[in-house]
Amino acid sequence: MKTDMQLLNNDGIRCDGRKIDELRKITIKAGILKNANGSAYIEFGNNKILVGVFGPRDVHPKHLSDTNTGILRCRYHMSPFSVTERKNPAPSRREIEISKVIKEALQPSVILKKFPRTVVDVFVEVLQADGGSRCAALNAASIALADAGIPMKDMVSACAAGKIADTIVLDVNNEEDQAGQADMPVGYMPNLDKITLLQLDGILTTQEYEKCIDVAIQGCKIVYEIQKKALIDKFFKCDIK
Amino acid sequence: MTTIIDDLKKNKILGLLKNEKRIDSRGFLEPRSMTIDIDVIQKANGSARIELGNTSVIAGVKIQPDKPFPDLGDKGIFICTAEILPLAHPDIEPGPPGEDVIELARVVDRGIRETSMLDLSKLVLEKNKSVIGIFVDNSITNCDGNLFDACSYASTAAILSSNLPTWKLENEQPVLVEDQESIIPITTIPVSVTMGILNDYIVVDPNADEWECMDARITMITNSDGNICALQKGGSGSVTYDQLKECSQIAISIGPKIRKILKQYQIDN
Repeated sequence: MKTDMQLLNNDGIRCDGRKIDELRKITIKAGILKNANGSAYIEFGNNKILVGVFGPRDVHPKHLSDTNTGILRCRYHMSPFSVTERKNPAPSRREIEISKVIKEALQPSVILKKFPRTVVDVFVEVLQADGGSRCAALNAASIALADAGIPMKDMVSACAAGKIADTIVLDVNNEEDQAGQADMPVGYMPNLDKITLLQLDGILTTQEYEKCIDVAIQGCKIVYEIQKKALIDKFFKCDIK
Repeated sequence: MTTIIDDLKKNKILGLLKNEKRIDSRGFLEPRSMTIDIDVIQKANGSARIELGNTSVIAGVKIQPDKPFPDLGDKGIFICTAEILPLAHPDIEPGPPGEDVIELARVVDRGIRETSMLDLSKLVLEKNKSVIGIFVDNSITNCDGNLFDACSYASTAAILSSNLPTWKLENEQPVLVEDQESIIPITTIPVSVTMGILNDYIVVDPNADEWECMDARITMITNSDGNICALQKGGSGSVTYDQLKECSQIAISIGPKIRKILKQYQIDN
């Protein structure tokens, strides 16, 4: 691994000036796409992500429809200009995997039993990526679903924890992901106290593993407050009109 | 890739769990029995056929010179893929891989990569120009659930039993040196343990019927030191912090037993 870059200095300050338990700056706006049933835009550090939700609506192709419940679909896509080297616009294997984990992270939170034979489509477009884009996307997607009025058991809040310079830190950025020792994205339903997304790259001892989950959950709880505010802001404005 | 399971069977599986029994009468933490044959494909540099219960996979290792990734000029290449062959199950159709298969291949790849099983820095012929690539391809020939562990064990056994050919550079072109083989630089042996969560019960190595009705899935890969190196939650349900703690204890306790089996196939000379 690259050791020339200092990820954590002696005062416990990280390469982008954050403390070990500090999140990047997060701003979320709900309901910004005119044509979508629900939408959200999130800036999570340098991540800029747009999410649109359509549905419940008819399923195409038809054979995917389920007579017992509505289904959820998710597409995570990165714009060609979202990363340093132009990204081929065709969906990569990484994007397909992330689409699947985001879908499975949202599924426990939505109640689609009431909409049999329909689909709810979640379209995630990463306009700019900067490490932790799947967590940022998940946060926005959850807001967009709520904005679309889909019945939900809870919000899904997401945040990564990781290990850099032998220290467990909250919200790993791109540099830390590249040069660090471990990255663990976590999606969490704060009111139900359940984890819906969990992945890990990198080596952790059992103690570090448990601490990592713990730190990430604390981060998710902070994100949750920001998500709530975004929704309140949107619907408060609507009421005035 | 999964069988359609009717509600009756689902109720039976869940009912049995309540009485601490599994549909195939295994213990909750008991993986299915496993048989491994190595060197089943002579044209590959290493290969393994594994049967985990009725799930069977053939993994083949091909080793050949290649150009390094632009940002990793001082490392060899490792690529792992998986394909569910249409002959593996009546529901599988030929065509481009779906998201399930892509996830499968990426989780197996991640397990081997993140444990640093292969010391890729020893697979460089000339920095930034020419390196050795290790390609592991898994062909699933019969589906009966838990393809994650089956592919992981098959890939690991195939790599451990591979010989590393020698290349030398002539006019900047890699040329194979005949009859000069060495062992692959191995640092650790990863062990993947996949657990299904059904109605808050945790079962190890779910078969196809259990796979179909589980709420969530945790695949955890540990290295020889008993550390956790890669992790993936799957499925449409959620898990609790306590369940994750329990999963890590299970994965760490099962790891050494399976590692001992896999280690038998390691070439050491």
